[in-house]
Amino acid sequence: MSVSRSLPHDAAALHVTGAARYVDDIPTPRGTLHLAFGLSDTARGTIAALDLEPVRAAPGVVAVLTAADLPFANDVSPSAHDEPLLATGTVHYVGQPVFLVVADSHLAARRAVRAAVMRIDAEVPILTIDQAMAENSRFEEGPRIYARGDAARAIADAPRRVEGTLELGGQEHFYLEGQAALAVPQEGGDMLVHSSTQHPTEIQHKVAEALGVPMHGVRVETRRMGGGFGGKESQGNALAVACAVAARATGRACKMRYDRDDDMVITGKRHDFRITYRAGFDEEGLLRGVDFVQYARCGWAQDLSLPVADRAMLHADNAYFLPNVRIESHRLKTNTQSATAYRGFGGPQGMVGIERVMDHVAHDLGMDPVELRRRNYYDAPTERGAAPRSAAAPRSISDEMKRDLTPYGQRVEDFELHGMTAALLRSSGYEARRVAVAAWNAEHSAIKKGLGFAPIKFGISFTLTHLNQAGALVHVYQDGSVHLNHGGTEMGQGLFQKVAQVAASRFGLPLEMVKITATDTAKVPNTSATAASSGSDLNGMAVKAACDTIRARMAAFLAERHQCDVAQVRFDGGRVYAGATEMSFAEAAKRAYEGRVSLSATGFYKTPKVAWDRIRGEGRPFFYFAYGCALTEVIVDTRTGENRILRADILHDAGASLNPALDIGQIEGGYVQGAGWLTTEELVWDDLGRLRTHAPSTYKIPACSDRPEVFNVTLWDGQNREETIYRSKAVGEPPFMLGISAWLALSDAVAACGAGYPALDAPATAERVWAAIRRRQDGV
Amino acid sequence: MDITFLLNGETVHLASVDPTQTLLDWLREERGLTGTKEGCNEGDCGACTVMVTDSAGDARALNACILFLPQLNGKSLHTVEGLAAPDGTLHPVQQAMVDHHGAQCGFCTPGFVMSMATAHLNGDTDFDTALAGNLCRCTGYAPIVRAARAAADQPVPPHLRVTPPFISSQMLREVAADREAEPSLSHAPQTADALAALYAANPDSTLVAGATDVGLWVTKQMRDLGTVIFLGQCADLKTIDSTDSGIRLGAMIDMETLRAAMAGPHPSYAEMIRRYASVQVRNAATLGGNIANGSPIGDNPPALIALGATLHLRRGDSRRALPIEAFFLDYGKQDRAPGEFVEAVTIPRQADRLKCYKLSKRFDQDISAVCGGFNITVSDGTVTAARIAFGGMAATPKRAATVEAALTGQPWTAATVAAAQAGFDTDFTPIDDMRASAHYRLETARAMLQRYFAEDMCEPTSVLEVRA
Repeated sequence: MSVSRSLPHDAAALHVTGAARYVDDIPTPRGTLHLAFGLSDTARGTIAALDLEPVRAAPGVVAVLTAADLPFANDVSPSAHDEPLLATGTVHYVGQPVFLVVADSHLAARRAVRAAVMRIDAEVPILTIDQAMAENSRFEEGPRIYARGDAARAIADAPRRVEGTLELGGQEHFYLEGQAALAVPQEGGDMLVHSSTQHPTEIQHKVAEALGVPMHGVRVETRRMGGGFGGKESQGNALAVACAVAARATGRACKMRYDRDDDMVITGKRHDFRITYRAGFDEEGLLRGVDFVQYARCGWAQDLSLPVADRAMLHADNAYFLPNVRIESHRLKTNTQSATAYRGFGGPQGMVGIERVMDHVAHDLGMDPVELRRRNYYDAPTERGAAPRSAAAPRSISDEMKRDLTPYGQRVEDFELHGMTAALLRSSGYEARRVAVAAWNAEHSAIKKGLGFAPIKFGISFTLTHLNQAGALVHVYQDGSVHLNHGGTEMGQGLFQKVAQVAASRFGLPLEMVKITATDTAKVPNTSATAASSGSDLNGMAVKAACDTIRARMAAFLAERHQCDVAQVRFDGGRVYAGATEMSFAEAAKRAYEGRVSLSATGFYKTPKVAWDRIRGEGRPFFYFAYGCALTEVIVDTRTGENRILRADILHDAGASLNPALDIGQIEGGYVQGAGWLTTEELVWDDLGRLRTHAPSTYKIPACSDRPEVFNVTLWDGQNREETIYRSKAVGEPPFMLGISAWLALSDAVAACGAGYPALDAPATAERVWAAIRRRQDGV
Repeated sequence: MDITFLLNGETVHLASVDPTQTLLDWLREERGLTGTKEGCNEGDCGACTVMVTDSAGDARALNACILFLPQLNGKSLHTVEGLAAPDGTLHPVQQAMVDHHGAQCGFCTPGFVMSMATAHLNGDTDFDTALAGNLCRCTGYAPIVRAARAAADQPVPPHLRVTPPFISSQMLREVAADREAEPSLSHAPQTADALAALYAANPDSTLVAGATDVGLWVTKQMRDLGTVIFLGQCADLKTIDSTDSGIRLGAMIDMETLRAAMAGPHPSYAEMIRRYASVQVRNAATLGGNIANGSPIGDNPPALIALGATLHLRRGDSRRALPIEAFFLDYGKQDRAPGEFVEAVTIPRQADRLKCYKLSKRFDQDISAVCGGFNITVSDGTVTAARIAFGGMAATPKRAATVEAALTGQPWTAATVAAAQAGFDTDFTPIDDMRASAHYRLETARAMLQRYFAEDMCEPTSVLEVRA
């Protein structure tokens, strides 16, 4: 069996030798042209004058295009048709593409852009949440509201209450490979596009619209991305469409890659949020009612903001049973980059909201924050109706009310966190370290320590139900080698390797007999984005279906040939056994070919059980949940707010892992990325709407020494109760949210500096930590 | 300009190179060596890291994106394509990265393996420092450090043990002669005297020392540098002269060399330099460049001002010396005449009382929000001298004169420190920007004095020194 083995990433040897090809590394045809966008320098306004003659006259320039030069669709939005490739008279954010330069080199195009004379009549931009609320600038007609019970009354009637506001910053993806595309004209007006994208089918769709051809006239190929994280779900559309349009106009291959600063200025990021909360609870810490208002800054175009904001609402419970709850979500339209998908897709923001509530309630009660969380957990499946709280806890909730129902009506059927939490507390030595941290803090006034615990429960499936489908194409050649293709894209997560392990297992072959090939819209059509952590779940099952089809054909043929029952044909260890006959897989393939058996098959999969009404906020949006928990210890300099993660202990549920090494890689990397979001990664816009942090010199993702010095990551030994591929669980997004424990640990350290709840906003930069400490010390 | 260097062991001669063409663009676009990646084009991500061995045999990791081709002349360059052995056997760090799952998307990986291979060659096992200039967004770094540790004990592959000279001196002389024969927009003088004459005669030229700042004028601001003078060959600007009275540091000393030089006399300065940019940048960046560009957030000036350093300027044959703080006149304005350049800095010999506090959003490879240099001399419980200077607090690097005065002559006590802290309001009016608010800058500057006192009282003050 190839599954469940810790095999290296399929391209590991290519990565370390520099031989792995990314879009900008693909050898280009002679005469390839290079593109750059001219950008708006104004957040909101009307283009009063645009003189591009100096650009046309610049060295190396072949063509300059504006919206008027686009023969067909001028739209690169994923669905709402509100995002022109090139501005049409008005501009909506600083960095919006206005014109397109086509030149004989990347450098010439970038230089020429600067020659443009652009005058924009500026209007007062809507930049902040407050400004957007004041002007009712939003997507959808009003806020979405999901509710259960009577939260207001439950809060009012509760013995105790907390309330507060949390500001939660966005996040730049900072994929190391910037956005890139290459369009190569084909005969008869067809177009081949190489794109660094998580969504080749959407690239195909948008390019076809822009060229005025059916989708069959466009083929999109993606071998790999140098990181995606959601930032290449829709944000690659503009480059691919620009390349295709310019290639059509010039008849030459066209390539575009953003310079890093342009990439950060043009493309969308994680949505920043403000969350206000009110919670009512009893003396034992049990929540009676919670009310959230989530304000999401979506930027100038809709992009994927509606499902992102929906998912934030769907994760406002995280791991906790909320008997009475109301969640109000405002999707605000602002003159900033159009916020987009980013690992977790709104889930992290929703979860930070309830984790803030938990942190606040624990502080208010002086209760151990882990104990408080356990009391509010959903029921374990075996203990339904009898939540594992301390025996002394009064039943403040009706005993009949099962504590396994999410606010949106989906039952939590396999809540693993009771056992996982107990195991993590044990392995991390929580109790003793709690005592040690308190002792340290009693002894030291300037340097404080803190501990933070965060559980996660993350819903797996696209909430837009029809996206939960996948296709695969598998060929077995007559020498027994296997060609594997599916709709998923490889961005570093190891999807190709996991799926190849599935294919090898189905045929009982060693892995080297399976060739993984680039994602290609001509091989598998109508694919969904590789997103929502769904890659292995969907494509693994589709590939399994294709392999099993071929295997069944081979088995039927061999059973007849060798006069045995089909059930007696086995594929194992590179051999095929048909009754008493044994042969190599290659021999079996050769015989099947000569017997005129089709050795090529498509496979298809659609996720069962999911059904969701996003307007009413009811149904089963998720096939299942993935779980995890983390304990982080930090140290803080109270004089400056400087802080470090000293140690992180993680226990994560990947079901029956398809590849434990790759899954642990997702967990370690996700944790550090999540901790970065909530600590050093700060996006700063000025009063004119200009992003001031548009390069790694000013935007600080975690560096090597920012990882936890002690970093213990373990997989929970379990399997998915649902029938997923080999009972594994999705692992792309969930571990990102384990980073919340780092932010909670900082809150804990700040709380050690004085009275009052820290109310730490995010990102908790040194300055924010310092300011929170000052508020404690000054007793504000 | 003609140049000659070794590329993965093979001699490359380039005639008439554009003096501001970056090595990265040349490798990728002209040489077809696409293993070296562009991640940021400003020296902050390390995806373009290459190994360059100079004529002294020192192998260093450098960022190819802000390395101009003429800077390679006479050196040996290894890219990721030349890391594995000629028979294809992976370098130990490459194999360890495979075995320990150190690559996910793989885009940062070539840069990482080049940094790792350079550290491996040099026997450097401080991986947090060696890898601070390589950003990875996928792995969280843990498997990469595991790989680096696993490879540390493996032998260096023979093909990476290169010894100078890489290019025969005759060839280099011919190249240099050709170069000087043709009218050129670029020069590479071999001595300070030659530089002095050249620059005095061409005061509008752009001096390029390490190109870690000037490189961005080209890659980000798309500026035409006009006539360029490369200083890298001026060996007599790279000397360190230690005498009883002081340490004279040549302007072209790179920051890694300075770090080593300061480890003995002023360890806190050396530790601050460890956090100054990254290995790749420190290997290129020079002391003179960091002073001459006059940035209000350069990290050397606060330390040097606190140490009472003297700056040596030269124009033609005329030289002058001034206290280094006097060099910084106003934002973007220094006391430097056309054709005049920074030749050296002298740090007076003294008992070490210097502490440098660098405050930034991220510990490693980040520009300071505030950088303080504190040098307070205490004798018999009384402050006998105080020199305190800051970057990030004003339009120039600036002394805290009021605070210094409030400390001097007073007993070295918490009360004195508390009283002196008010002086920061007089000395500084910092600004808000994306790195920090004015308020935070002022208050943390104040807190740094308190921290200096606490450190002097042997209290733990740094979160970097506490282990899990």
